[in-house]
Amino acid sequence: MPDQLSLSSRQRDDLRTIAAMIVPASDEYKVPGADDPAIQADMLATLGRDTGLVTAALDHLARLADQPLAELDAERRDAVAQEFRKHGGAAAAALVRVVLQCYYRDDRVLRSLGLELRAPFPKGYVLPDGDWSLLDPVKAKAGTLRRAP
Amino acid sequence: MKDPVDVLIIGAGASGAAMAWSLAETKMHILCLEQGGWMNPAEYPSTGRDWEAKFYGEWSSSPNVRGRPEDYPINDDNSPIKVVNYNAVGGSTVMYTAHWPRLHPSDFKVKTLDGVADDWPIDYDALTPFFEENDRMMGTSGLSGDPLSPLTHPPMPQQPLGLSGAIIGKAMNKLGWHWWPSDTTVATMDYDGRARCINLGHCTPACAQGAKSSTDITYWPHAVRAGVELRTHCRVREITTDENGMASGVVYYDNDGVEQFQPAHVVIIACNGVGTPRLLLNSASSRFPNGLANSSGLVGKNLMFHPYAQIYGYVKEPTDSNRAPPTCLWSKEWYDTDLSRGFVRGYGVQFVRGAGPVFEAVVSEQKGILPWGADHHRVFRKLNGHRLGFSAICEDLPEEHNQVTLDPVLKDSHGIPAPKIDYTISENSRKMMDHALARGREILETAGATDICVNSPIPWGGWHLLGTARMGTDPERSVVNEWGRTHDVKNLFIIDGSIFVTSGGVNPTSTIQALALYIADQMKQRLANLFD
Repeated sequence: MPDQLSLSSRQRDDLRTIAAMIVPASDEYKVPGADDPAIQADMLATLGRDTGLVTAALDHLARLADQPLAELDAERRDAVAQEFRKHGGAAAAALVRVVLQCYYRDDRVLRSLGLELRAPFPKGYVLPDGDWSLLDPVKAKAGTLRRAP
Repeated sequence: MKDPVDVLIIGAGASGAAMAWSLAETKMHILCLEQGGWMNPAEYPSTGRDWEAKFYGEWSSSPNVRGRPEDYPINDDNSPIKVVNYNAVGGSTVMYTAHWPRLHPSDFKVKTLDGVADDWPIDYDALTPFFEENDRMMGTSGLSGDPLSPLTHPPMPQQPLGLSGAIIGKAMNKLGWHWWPSDTTVATMDYDGRARCINLGHCTPACAQGAKSSTDITYWPHAVRAGVELRTHCRVREITTDENGMASGVVYYDNDGVEQFQPAHVVIIACNGVGTPRLLLNSASSRFPNGLANSSGLVGKNLMFHPYAQIYGYVKEPTDSNRAPPTCLWSKEWYDTDLSRGFVRGYGVQFVRGAGPVFEAVVSEQKGILPWGADHHRVFRKLNGHRLGFSAICEDLPEEHNQVTLDPVLKDSHGIPAPKIDYTISENSRKMMDHALARGREILETAGATDICVNSPIPWGGWHLLGTARMGTDPERSVVNEWGRTHDVKNLFIIDGSIFVTSGGVNPTSTIQALALYIADQMKQRLANLFD
């Protein structure tokens, strides 16, 4: 696919590394990290109109790291990530959004959050009607609509 | 050459649809040209698992981000509030929150009451029957009897209070402040061929269920059945005039990009507060060198947006999240002028039930409250499904330096000059926004919310495009008269939000449509001498 081809092997490696720094795997919550192969594949397959900004973000990241991100020691990698997050601008924001929007639609993640694995339509959701007696004080207080001359 | 039509309406959105339906009973040949096409609800975001991601791309509320062929670019670099809209049959009613307040009677007399801006040349009472008619046609839900809002008679009951509404209501009661279930155009029962709301949640970028009213599923089916011709994917470049200074028709590009001329006896513009001045300014000619209907010099001036002051936080209890229409309650506690607050006029409040998981993650990461790394999961679980929001819709007063002009460089896909926005938030509005944020914080803290965040203004919050072809009786101080006819061209009418004199502190679509129906009624009463 063209969008996949637009990221180099190095860029895909860096994307995977930074994604894991944003959302790491968790045994406690039984969820994968954002570097999970299925989530990464989703990102690459759906980059679409974000490809330009994400590529720019990865170029920026490469300049900051000066070598593959995964090969940096932990301290240096964290420093690069902080700099990237702080000064990466619209491109970094787009990359982070792409990571999060793919992560938070993954079946395993949604299941961990107690959310249903489906689109909202056509089933929808049930909304409790609630206790409308809460409105009684407002009715009792009333008030006056400002009149126009 | 095409045969002339009796009435040509430009734009099939909120006002154009209402006008077309109302005039249809005259049996005149009515044609509407719309730059977008018919929508397909099967393709709406909530039908897919990627429903939230689409809001950042093809379903963005910003035409500059969305970039569909139907959209035109807008240079809003010189504005802290960016223009949002939608271009299709239904216009921006396809993409709105369906919050349905009306302007108040006092909004029509701000000069008399508060000594600012100008009074409208009409009053609330003139619009009352058209508000009612419009509510029936759009299909509204709500609870009649709000003591601080104009009396309405929604044909359907209000939305459920839900989890979020109950939390907000309790907090407001503790503080002794007004709140009320919002009138909305969300169908709470089956209505006029529309199915009732099933709480898809993602209402703003179109409703796959058809429960949220948009004019493509309300007015237009009725108008088309009554004989109105709707021609889609037709972008109007300019309105032409004849030797008598009357509108003679329009030049437009059809679905194949071919330039066409459509003659018409009456031309009605319904393109919103940005599209309308753009079209009038693009219609400059030797007879109208400063733009059509612009002898006052006010075409494009006095742009009003409604700066939104938004504050939100997170409560311990679950909220409705994305599993309900986003807006459910309003407050008019601070709607009217109280000079002790340090500003004139006021604001309406709409409460927001929550957000979906992707939106929550993206926004919270940007705000710096959702960390990267090991603690991400714990914090996300604290935030997700626990958000409550408060948005103040602050009355923007007309100021001539807030304006729409033509960009000297930027053009749309047909080469038509694009609009340029110059806008600043006034000192009065700033004080109003700060006041609203302080009240919002009190409410959220009373509800037990933490991690409180602010967006003031909401940057991509230029939903309400008002004031750029204002209504008035004085041709030197207004563009259209008290029944929507331009002072300069006696067969040219404007019916969208650009004719607002002032903005009020509420979402304007209900009032825009009531105005369109009122103007249609005025035209029908004057058919024999419409051009006198």
